[in-house]
Amino acid sequence: MDAITDTVRKDHSPDQPLAVLQARGLSKVYHMGEVDVHALRDVDLDLFEGELAVLLGASGSGKSTLLNIIGGLDTPTSGTVTFRDHVLTEADDAALTEYRRDHVGFVFQFYNLIPSLTALENVQLITEIAVDPMDPAEALKLVGLGDRLHHFPAQLSGGEQQRVAIARAVAKQPDVLLCDEPTGALDYKTGKIVLEVIERVNRELNTTTAVITHNEAISKMADRVIRIGSGRIVSIETNEEKASPGELSW
Amino acid sequence: MVKQLLKLLSPLNKKLVRDINHLRGQVVATALVVACGVASFVAMQATYDSLLLSRDTYYSRYRFADVFSSVKRAPEGLEEDIRTIPGVAEVQTRVVSSVTIDLPDLPEPAQGRLVSVDLTRGSILNGLYVQRGRELADEARDEVLISGAFAEANGLNPGDSLNAVINGRWRRLSIAGIALSPEYIYEIRPGSIFPDNRRFGILWMSRRSAAAAFDMENAFNDVALTLAPGANEADVIERLDDVLEPYGGTGAIGRADQYSHRFVSNELSELEVFGTFIPAIFLGVVAFLLHLILSRLVGIEREQIGLLKAFGYSNRTIGLHYLKLAVLAIIGGIVIGIALGAWLGSGMTALYADFFRFPILEFTLPFSVVLWAFMISFAAAAIGAVTSVSKAVTTRPAEAMRPEPPADFRAGFLERSGLNRMFSAEVRMIARNLARHPIKALLSIVGISLSVALLFIGFYFYDAINRLIEIQFNRVQLEDVEVTFNEPLPSETRYELLNLPGVNRVETYRAVPVRLRFGSHSRRAGLIGMEQGGRLRNIVDKNLRDVRIPNEGIVLSTTLAESLGAAEGDEVTVEVTEGSRPVAKVAVADTVEEAVGMGVYMDSDALHRLLKESEVVSGAYLEVDEKYAQELYETLKNTPTVAGVGRPQAALDSFNETVGQTIGTSTAFLIGFACVIAFGVVYNGARIALSERGRELASLRVLGFTRREIGIILLGEQAILTGWAAPVGWAIGFVLCFATTRAIDAEIIRLPLVISVATFVYSFLIVAFAALLSGLLVAWRLRNLDLIEVLKTRE
Repeated sequence: MDAITDTVRKDHSPDQPLAVLQARGLSKVYHMGEVDVHALRDVDLDLFEGELAVLLGASGSGKSTLLNIIGGLDTPTSGTVTFRDHVLTEADDAALTEYRRDHVGFVFQFYNLIPSLTALENVQLITEIAVDPMDPAEALKLVGLGDRLHHFPAQLSGGEQQRVAIARAVAKQPDVLLCDEPTGALDYKTGKIVLEVIERVNRELNTTTAVITHNEAISKMADRVIRIGSGRIVSIETNEEKASPGELSW
Repeated sequence: MVKQLLKLLSPLNKKLVRDINHLRGQVVATALVVACGVASFVAMQATYDSLLLSRDTYYSRYRFADVFSSVKRAPEGLEEDIRTIPGVAEVQTRVVSSVTIDLPDLPEPAQGRLVSVDLTRGSILNGLYVQRGRELADEARDEVLISGAFAEANGLNPGDSLNAVINGRWRRLSIAGIALSPEYIYEIRPGSIFPDNRRFGILWMSRRSAAAAFDMENAFNDVALTLAPGANEADVIERLDDVLEPYGGTGAIGRADQYSHRFVSNELSELEVFGTFIPAIFLGVVAFLLHLILSRLVGIEREQIGLLKAFGYSNRTIGLHYLKLAVLAIIGGIVIGIALGAWLGSGMTALYADFFRFPILEFTLPFSVVLWAFMISFAAAAIGAVTSVSKAVTTRPAEAMRPEPPADFRAGFLERSGLNRMFSAEVRMIARNLARHPIKALLSIVGISLSVALLFIGFYFYDAINRLIEIQFNRVQLEDVEVTFNEPLPSETRYELLNLPGVNRVETYRAVPVRLRFGSHSRRAGLIGMEQGGRLRNIVDKNLRDVRIPNEGIVLSTTLAESLGAAEGDEVTVEVTEGSRPVAKVAVADTVEEAVGMGVYMDSDALHRLLKESEVVSGAYLEVDEKYAQELYETLKNTPTVAGVGRPQAALDSFNETVGQTIGTSTAFLIGFACVIAFGVVYNGARIALSERGRELASLRVLGFTRREIGIILLGEQAILTGWAAPVGWAIGFVLCFATTRAIDAEIIRLPLVISVATFVYSFLIVAFAALLSGLLVAWRLRNLDLIEVLKTRE
């Protein structure tokens, strides 16, 4: 894999960023009874090494479908997704599981923590199966929960739970961090804390990060903003000036 | 069609139908347990009823006697004296004796019990049912009826003839018919516990012929009588013994001690015990399973229940709705169970018909049993429903409509003790989920352990029987042949026996009937005087301990000692009930917990002294060279002084053929039953775990866990429960085995409480296998986990 990555690198000029994930011609059609719903129509997308991309779109725009496909949770009706030199769209279930396990960190709207495990153990659960993980306690310190290692999810607030989820996602040192409406279930103040953590992970660990949201304000913290509507990419903008999460307001 | 029917239902009933359809896997698993419970109940209860009815009808229609006694020789006139004993209703005197039968295709002689039939007056008591052929005709002197099981085992038919040595004279008898008697429902040689129908049978002969053959003209040597209503059996027995004593009465017995009756009654009471506790196990499991299923369903439908109540549905309506679900879930199981039970019951009854000979033994399924099956099943369903639904029903609607608070896990014992560091996160998840619902976990363990216990007791019977065989045939009866004589013979007979073809060793014994008295208790028994230093016949207790014959005093079997209230060192009164009837006080030198029978043993010389007789012998144990066996049997068949020839190997073969097969069949059913319970508990447990933690498992799949890994997390809990069920099941099984050994009539057989390693291993392995299969069936569903849905929804 490294050999191929090297050859890919040679095609790029040094100042041009490297695409970690490449989607080409993605379409997804759901058959709902007698109606075909086109969730994605011919989408091309690149996620570059180390960038923080925000995928912005209204409910039903197709942004979650896109995230699910590049996260290896779903397969497109047509088109290809390539992770470095791996063509995900040709992979079977076992290969997709391996992809998620070794390369992807997920953060969900509803945290999806294991209620029977403490914060630390929720992170350990993932580091146990990771190739080159960081120390679970370090990961929790990174998200500002160094003093709550032994709390169970039921003993943590929503924001804290989401930060545990982020620690869990980054502890394996993933190549890609995918966050699906990470602030969707949180209040304004806690939401901002969570975004600060995501920004910090992106900055300090240089993890390629994609955040899905319907919240326009969040797009200001992105390197690039990818707008999605009716299953198509409407526009891609690069922020010359990135705002810090603390400066955001909605 | 289904849709049209659905339309007819009320909305709540439509929900019911759809809920059941949705839960069909769990409903089927539960219904299977119901079916097994109902089947075992119906089969055993109806068989019990059929057997009891057949027995009681048979007894009353064929006038089975209440009191029996034998006597050396009493004049016919004494019958009148017996009749006048207060409390006696009817009296039948008879001539009964042992005969040797020579069957052409049986090498050794068979033993027959010849019973006279009064053709002039007819059988007043213990009437005969002639199955085939015809009744005896008075004028034909050499005509007999033979017993059913004996005829069947030897392929004998009416019109065939039979050679027998009767009172030392060789006779050719013609078989008039095949008959059955309430006295010999269990056709078994006195002193044995398993039938050997090839080598033992009953012959009925006219009183006139029998009297002539045994020199019993105007005399009798056996009497049977019935009691008048309200008569006291013990009083009658005492008076009868007094009347018979001068004529060599050996002591009367009541029905309870009558050999065949005792076996039939013992079987009935075993059937009653098993027919109660096995269904109880199943229905307990059913209640638990329904509780599990409904608790989860009510948990899922919590908000719906709140809504229904908000719209004005009453607690009662909602409670009934779930009760209906429980009842509907098991109704199929009940119906299948009744059908299966009827099938099993008729099979069991047919099996009993091989052992117990009734004129008619038909399996009938009484309506009351069906009704009971429904009632106890519904009761189990109601327990399961009430315990799970009551909380949800009584919750206030506003509260019920709020989602249930998240699973609240807190640090417990494992965390505080620091032990948790030793385990992986997966193991901690499993352990905490179990610890969160300790009662549920405990009940699951008990449920699975009951299937282990069922198997344990099933396999225990093999262990016990194997031990019995080992004791009886490898330790106690080491002789090749046992010969019993018509009358005591001089001790020189030993040398005559040694001169017979193939006989390598002879050990003689002396046996006399006695009555033992101690305090206010008395028991009849056979006292055996054994040679010192003999090695062909040994006294061994059920734990394989050898007991030596003391020079003085008697060795008593523990059961007999207990029934007398005597212990080692006590002096018991020994009244010999034959010959000059000496009475002596003898010390109990030792007691022995024999597996079979109720023996009394003493040194043969000591017995001779007690009897004030010269050295005479009643029989002998022989070691025989197999090559000359045929020749030896031929000689013995033609020796008038030989009353019977016993061959342990033949008894063992016959046992394996009959009893061995029966145990095999019942074990097969127990294995099936146990698997159903294990399947029901594990499948339901895993399905509910999947339902409760589907979201958790799907999240793990998203995070990169393989299907196999989450399968292990899901089933780990069931694996731990199943693992714990092993020791619990063994403990319950052991208690049940112990109870069973106690429930069996100790005077017939004492099952040793020995349990082999194989019983431990197999009882668990079979359950573990059933659990694994049901777990895999659930794990298969992990394929359908929706990984995307789980991200969108909050629990």
